[in-house]
Amino acid sequence: MEDPAVLIPTSVAEAIESFGAGGDIAIIGGGTILVPEIRLGHARPSRALMLHGAGLAGISREGTRTTIGAMTPLSALSSLGEPIAAAVSNIADLEIRGQGTVGGNLCAQNTDAPRGDLQGVLIALGATVRSVGAGGERSEPAETFLPGRADRLVLDVSFDAPAAGAYAYLDRAHTHEYTALAVTAVRTADGTIRLGANGAGPHGLRLPSAEAAAADPSAAGVAALADVQLFDDAIASAWYREKTLPVLVRRALEQLKETA
Amino acid sequence: MNITINGTSRIVNAGPLTPLLHVLREELDVLSPKAGCQQGGCGTCTVLVNGEPRRSCLLPIAAVEGAEVRTVEGLASGGKLTPVQEAWIHHYAAQCGFCTSGFLMAATAYLEKGGSDDHAEIAAALGGHVCRCTGYVKIYDAVAAAARGESFDLATTAAGSRTTIRGVEL
Ligand SMILES: Cc1cc2nc3c(=O)[nH]c(=O)nc-3n(C[C@H](O)[C@H](O)[C@H](O)COP(=O)(O)OP(=O)(O)OC[C@H]3O[C@@H](n4cnc5c(N)ncnc54)[C@H](O)[C@@H]3O)c2cc1C
Ligand code: FES
Ligand code: FES
Repeated sequence: MEDPAVLIPTSVAEAIESFGAGGDIAIIGGGTILVPEIRLGHARPSRALMLHGAGLAGISREGTRTTIGAMTPLSALSSLGEPIAAAVSNIADLEIRGQGTVGGNLCAQNTDAPRGDLQGVLIALGATVRSVGAGGERSEPAETFLPGRADRLVLDVSFDAPAAGAYAYLDRAHTHEYTALAVTAVRTADGTIRLGANGAGPHGLRLPSAEAAAADPSAAGVAALADVQLFDDAIASAWYREKTLPVLVRRALEQLKETA
Repeated sequence: MNITINGTSRIVNAGPLTPLLHVLREELDVLSPKAGCQQGGCGTCTVLVNGEPRRSCLLPIAAVEGAEVRTVEGLASGGKLTPVQEAWIHHYAAQCGFCTSGFLMAATAYLEKGGSDDHAEIAAALGGHVCRCTGYVKIYDAVAAAARGESFDLATTAAGSRTTIRGVEL
């Protein structure tokens, strides 16, 4: 195997310039997904962009707005309150959370396992993703970013502090199992209810039909089935996901009510 | 490129994407980190990078340039094992031993941060590590004993007689 040419930018500006319009270039965040894939030859990029020295890590707050740099390790998110804290503590284990990044989680592909647990959480929070690539810089809602994320370099994600958040998920047999399905419910500062799901489509999805029925958690659970693209994989069948999604939507909404 | 392994600065020639695990084992002859699953799922390759436990199979060497890496080779000093290593022997926490290096480094980081003998806290710190032999009970016992500061007369445990491994008398 031909080794990729490796670029190691030392500033955000240099990272943006090195990435350019993307193309045949693999972005390495923490590398917890990509490093084994490159080593095994499953990914064969001609160039690799390593972001560890690019200055993209860190959490900042301005008023009620929180901004998380793409290279911030997952472990740094546990202080951010619900629903992020609950979701993050359920990802992998201590060591992986110390190395895996927010940008990598947002861009994790769902190909062989439902990875990228923060996607549904950030959708529910109404987070904005700031990225660069062909056409320059773009800031857009997480649910719009996710389907078109190929060839984008994520710089950061930001969101307004919610009034309350809840995270309901299928528990795992071991820290290294992936979460087959999870639902995040958020009550925003203006009282709107937002719902996001993970493991219910090719990436995290918003659940608009369930949001419209949110006043009745059980009805919302059933309504959610109209919003998803359920699939079979090694850890759960589409049938099982269909049976459990309504339960998780109901639980997340009930949990949210309790924090009223 | 330079990294410091157990206090000694070493020059590395491997390409920037080579996992630290392979640099340690194949280039630098540091053999305590084991190559298990090599995709982050078992924990046996765990080393300390600037004091934090990390999966060396997932870490490209360029990401740890200039870092301080510690492995089991760097634990004992002056012929004396660390308390958690002694607890491992006393509690028979190793059977085949394949998982031991990773567990010891994760436990070392946990204890250096002041970790207690609380079972749930130990489980949260070691939950990413797989052991196919012991059933974990003895491993958790060993970490809890070390957290309580217990010490052991190893001559009366283990094989019942003193052995020397790589210059360290057990
Ligand atoms: C044992 C184990 C257990 C795991 N358990 C879970 C789990 O429970 N839940 C979960 O969600 N994940 C899990 N993962 C997957 C992974 O660790 C996390 O999703 C992590 O957040 C990925 O981040 P990373 O920075 O390491 O990704 P990387 O491997 O660096 O990158 C992953 C993908 O994102 C792209 N990327 C990285 N950074 C950026 C950026 N700034 N802009 C654009 N693209 C980028 C890469 O090109 C690549 O395609 C697990 C992994 C392992 C090894
Ligand atoms: S070899 Fe690194 S986690 Fe298994
Ligand atoms: S002692 Fe054999 S795997 Fe743990």
